[in-house]
Amino acid sequence: MRGAKSAKWVAIAAVVALGATACGGGGDKGGESKAAVDPNGKFSVEVGEPQNPLQPANTMESNGSIVIKSLFSGLVDYDSSGKIVNVNAQSIDSSDNKTFTVKLKPGWTFHDGTPVTATSYVNAWNWAANPANKQTNSFWFSDIQGYDDVAPAKGKPKADKMSGLKVVDDNTFTITLSKPMPYFVYKLGYEVFDPLPESFYKDPKAAGEHPIGNGPYKFVSWDHNKQIEVTKFDGYKGPNAAKNGGVVFKNYSKLETAYQDLKSGNLDVMRQVAPRDLPVYKQDLGDRAVDQSYSAIQTIAVAFYTKQWKDINPKVLQGLSMAIDRDTITKTVLQGTREPATGWVAKGVLGYQPDAAGDVTKYDPAKAKALIKEGGGVPGNKISIQYNADGGHKEWVEAVCGSITKATGVACTGDSKADFQADLNARDNKQVKSLYRSGWVLDYPFISNFIRDLFGTKSDGNQGGFSSKEIDDLIAKADAAKTLDESEKLYQQIEKDLPKYMPSIPLWYYKVNAGYSEKVTGVKYAQDGDPILTGVQVKK
Amino acid sequence: MGRYVARRLLQMIPVFIGTTLLIFLMVYALPGDPVRGLFGDKGGSPAVLESLRHQYGLDKPVLVQYFNYMKGMILHLDFGTQIASGRPVTDILGDAFPVTLRLAGFAFVIEAVLGIVLGVISGMRAGKAADTAILFVTLLLISVPVFVLGYILQTVFAFQLNLLEPSVSDDSDFSQLLLPAIVLASASLAYVARLTRTSVAENMRADFMRTAIAKGLPRRRVVGVHLLRNSLIPVVTFLGTDLGALMGGAIVTEGIFNIHGVGGTIYQSIVRREGTTLVGLVTILVLVYLFTSLIVDLLYAVLDPRIRYA
Repeated sequence: MRGAKSAKWVAIAAVVALGATACGGGGDKGGESKAAVDPNGKFSVEVGEPQNPLQPANTMESNGSIVIKSLFSGLVDYDSSGKIVNVNAQSIDSSDNKTFTVKLKPGWTFHDGTPVTATSYVNAWNWAANPANKQTNSFWFSDIQGYDDVAPAKGKPKADKMSGLKVVDDNTFTITLSKPMPYFVYKLGYEVFDPLPESFYKDPKAAGEHPIGNGPYKFVSWDHNKQIEVTKFDGYKGPNAAKNGGVVFKNYSKLETAYQDLKSGNLDVMRQVAPRDLPVYKQDLGDRAVDQSYSAIQTIAVAFYTKQWKDINPKVLQGLSMAIDRDTITKTVLQGTREPATGWVAKGVLGYQPDAAGDVTKYDPAKAKALIKEGGGVPGNKISIQYNADGGHKEWVEAVCGSITKATGVACTGDSKADFQADLNARDNKQVKSLYRSGWVLDYPFISNFIRDLFGTKSDGNQGGFSSKEIDDLIAKADAAKTLDESEKLYQQIEKDLPKYMPSIPLWYYKVNAGYSEKVTGVKYAQDGDPILTGVQVKK
Repeated sequence: MGRYVARRLLQMIPVFIGTTLLIFLMVYALPGDPVRGLFGDKGGSPAVLESLRHQYGLDKPVLVQYFNYMKGMILHLDFGTQIASGRPVTDILGDAFPVTLRLAGFAFVIEAVLGIVLGVISGMRAGKAADTAILFVTLLLISVPVFVLGYILQTVFAFQLNLLEPSVSDDSDFSQLLLPAIVLASASLAYVARLTRTSVAENMRADFMRTAIAKGLPRRRVVGVHLLRNSLIPVVTFLGTDLGALMGGAIVTEGIFNIHGVGGTIYQSIVRREGTTLVGLVTILVLVYLFTSLIVDLLYAVLDPRIRYA
């Protein structure tokens, strides 16, 4: 016992000494910029405990999806400008945007050595679409022909396979959609469309605890509530092979603690810095601090089903939008973690256009007041903004309210719900009293994700009950376009038209405010806000 | 004695049913639905929602849900399944409780030993400098919020002095648990010290003390047996109930030092409306409370021979 104790003290002394040398070595930093890189070095990333089992179609939240993305590779991926890059697919062709022929790169294998074939994809999709398997993301397959037979909204399923999927040979299969969609390939980048090995179906539950994928990393272990470890898969043939030896996903329940660990070198990469550390993190981390935009937008959505907003003149909403001083609020209350929005589509999405909303997102108190008056005023001259109190929204909601009241004289209050669950509940049951906060992170980097999936009358993301026949028609037209370019142009036109309808009030785009340790280089963040793990290099 | 214990054990049954039912109903009454919550902003396929609700029995009336849950728990020791992860709740309890037991046990030892020692010192020197100093320190500990103390100790010991790890990476290593245990114990420690002090100071003037000293008993025996034994009853009462509080209420400390114990798991289960996980966790906490209060009552008889249980 005595011996053990003194060993501990030696260790502490060594740590102190190391700390001292690290400080001393800081002076000649410029000389060691090209530090030697260890291709087999492992590094750690901050995550929370994944909520769901690690099955590709069952992962909706960010803690699980970053792990899934390291273990599985799908057909395609996107680059930073929103362009498609083939990963497991050799080519995806279509002449009518309805039937797509997918050719796979030959020779790929899963981590257990079995080959990745067309069947691996088709079976995985059929399995995930089946409601009996209870995959949370199953509705992603609803564009495929035959989905309604497998998962009818009401009644018993008529089939257990989607008729739109056909295996041609080992490396080829075809996808037939129920109606043409020029940007369907964009959806294929989402992890729902990953392939599954034969062994998965024997025991899907066990596979969720110990996933076998085809991605750049191989699963090692999952120590619940502590960490998940993955290691480089040497047989990986994709373009994004890992430049490091593996990743340890370390579980933190508080970002503040993770930040402390990052500073003391116990953690290498963070995904987001806590509000408490925002004022100091650039100073603490220097050029290792990350500050970039990612494709997500915060809006104030309107509950169109309420008496107040039913048949409202959009000019009133334009006026409210112009009464919000986005520049000042993002700089002060939000400490520069957001960027004022100039449209409804986030940056980094194919089809993004600067200043799409025109004047509507510019702060102009006089014009705001005039527009509201012109539109007949806000019914009741009183609005409220619903938000969830557990998400750090209180401060900016109050600031937005203050800005509106100051500019227009419309009384505005925050309507706080205890947590996100309660907030969602009120939205689902159509109990929002006036306006509510809404956030949208991209699913796939094409403009339709921010327009069709939010403002189409029947879209899942349309919780406020916005409905406009003209917009629905325009969306249908854009979806029926012959080429991707044409579809993009038509959608851009819709966005330009949106100020006439004001389906929501755009506020700001999200930014990644993160950082990494001295041990790693080459840390980049993707459009969904997650670090690109395969590109990280570990110093020797 | 045996009959008393048996009666107390029988009394636990209605308490147990009452608390679990109350918690079950309270979770049920909160707005929000654990299955819908899985889908976040985007909504999901109604067929999948339906079959998930059916799988977890959430489509049944709440009392039927409660009955089925209790039946599974009592007959098969089956605490149900966590909705989001699909893992059995017993696994989650098995993850969380050992960590919390280590942390709470460690904090409990610190609190009891240090608290009583400080209390005895200051009680015996009531009004002197040592007493004032201890009163001052305990006042400070009571008034500083746990998270402030936690971050201060973390900054000082982990970053400035580099003596300890800033967060717990291996929760079976007691040297890593030292800092969180001290933080967790601090407020209770102050209460223990103050309770002991009051009762020691009071008993110093008691007749039996004068008799013991007059008999010429050695000082160690006077303090250790006559004084302490008679002064400990309020302290033991406090310590007994505090053990439960240390286990369930360590959520702030757990967060600061990244310990994945019972407190954080309870918090998450509430946020996600996971009734089954929550009731499982709380059931065990209720049992801990019931047993410690039984032990406290039995200890009364040991400490004070005048108390007898029939």
